Amino acid sequence: MNIDSIKDGIVIDHIQAKMAMKIYEALNLNSLDCSVAIITNARSEKMGRKDIIKLDKNIEINMDMIGFIEPNATINIIKDYKLIDKYKVKLPEKIINIAKCQNPRCITSVEKNLDQIFLLTDKENRVYRCKYCEMSLN
Amino acid sequence: MKHLIDIKDLSVQEIDDLIKVAKDIITNKEKYSHKCDGKKIATLFFEPSTRTRLSFEAAMLDLGGNVIGFSEASSSSVSKGESVADTIRVVGGYCDIIAMRHPKEGAPLVASMKSIIPIINAGDGGHNHPTQTLTDLLTINCEKNRLDNLTIGLCGDLKFGRTVHSLITAMSRYKNIKFILISPKELVIPEYIKKDILEKNNIEYFETNDIEEYMDKLDVLYMTRVQRERFFNEDDYVRLKDYYILNKDKLVNAKDDLCIMHPLPRVNEISTDVDDDKRACYFKQAEYGKYIRMALILKLLEVK
Repeated sequence: MNIDSIKDGIVIDHIQAKMAMKIYEALNLNSLDCSVAIITNARSEKMGRKDIIKLDKNIEINMDMIGFIEPNATINIIKDYKLIDKYKVKLPEKIINIAKCQNPRCITSVEKNLDQIFLLTDKENRVYRCKYCEMSLN
Repeated sequence: MKHLIDIKDLSVQEIDDLIKVAKDIITNKEKYSHKCDGKKIATLFFEPSTRTRLSFEAAMLDLGGNVIGFSEASSSSVSKGESVADTIRVVGGYCDIIAMRHPKEGAPLVASMKSIIPIINAGDGGHNHPTQTLTDLLTINCEKNRLDNLTIGLCGDLKFGRTVHSLITAMSRYKNIKFILISPKELVIPEYIKKDILEKNNIEYFETNDIEEYMDKLDVLYMTRVQRERFFNEDDYVRLKDYYILNKDKLVNAKDDLCIMHPLPRVNEISTDVDDDKRACYFKQAEYGKYIRMALILKLLEVK
């Protein structure tokens, strides 16, 4: 399957198979005015199967969001058809307004203008806890 | 400026220093009676609590200070829809320190993020209650003369009981502590407490639903009440509320110097026939609560 190479843009690679749509929705990529290609179930030597997202524009993307959903993803920055930068995302230590606390007893359920903040408390098991009530995020 | 939101906000050294000051207050009350002249504490109790509120107020009055505040949300601007952040900004202009109880977990942390004066968490839902933990530590220290080398039985609601979770967290920082966790299967200690605190710190613990099984081993027995407000289902509450009732018969094999504690108020979980037993420390514990809060107020206001 061929997808045109991009002149200036971003390739989000090494996404676990079938997770690309989750990233697409979380990053609200449908609101962009550029081409977005989603390749799912692509063959991968390392991963067996993987997903890839290609954006035909260099935009600022929420790395914490990607890291939270897919900490093994890599970001490739393309300029003039050349790869000029490549880096791995990582599990963010803190996520802000990415997820909502589900604890009905948490202050975030009633207090206005309060950021939803979760802190990474167990890296190995990817456990995030609400900064306020400490309930874990499932 | 320092706040006390979670017992983990205090180092072991800071806790030991607070206990030292509290013990000095107990023996030299007069020395401290004017330490907070001209200072005010606001007790902002968005849900009722007689004991904790009165002990904060008594603590400030015994230090020579004054008290303002409210004892339930209906008598505050919260009933008009005011946020915690706004309430704290306003009250911060009227007093020197705030003790705050709120039914929503994390509310005191939000308050501390907006406050220009020290905030003390006086209980936030089923989450934290650090001054109860300080009270418990002072009680154990006064009654056992140490905070290490202890076998501590925790009995009752270990699932929702915030006092139990905080006490485990605090005691896990001392040497050679063992816990006996006594609860019905519906109210066992949460997995994250076992994993993140007990196992992480190599603390020995045993779980049982039989209050008498380890009675002869205990240095401290900490009873808790099954709290109606923590249950979504009334039937579960009714079924579990009287699961444990400590009475004289159950203490037959207990050590002579066992320290029986309870954060109070009790309902049925300790029979009144235990009250006169020399090992019953729960009323002394409530009194110790005032002294440790005095020490805490002095620390947070940086009064020497």
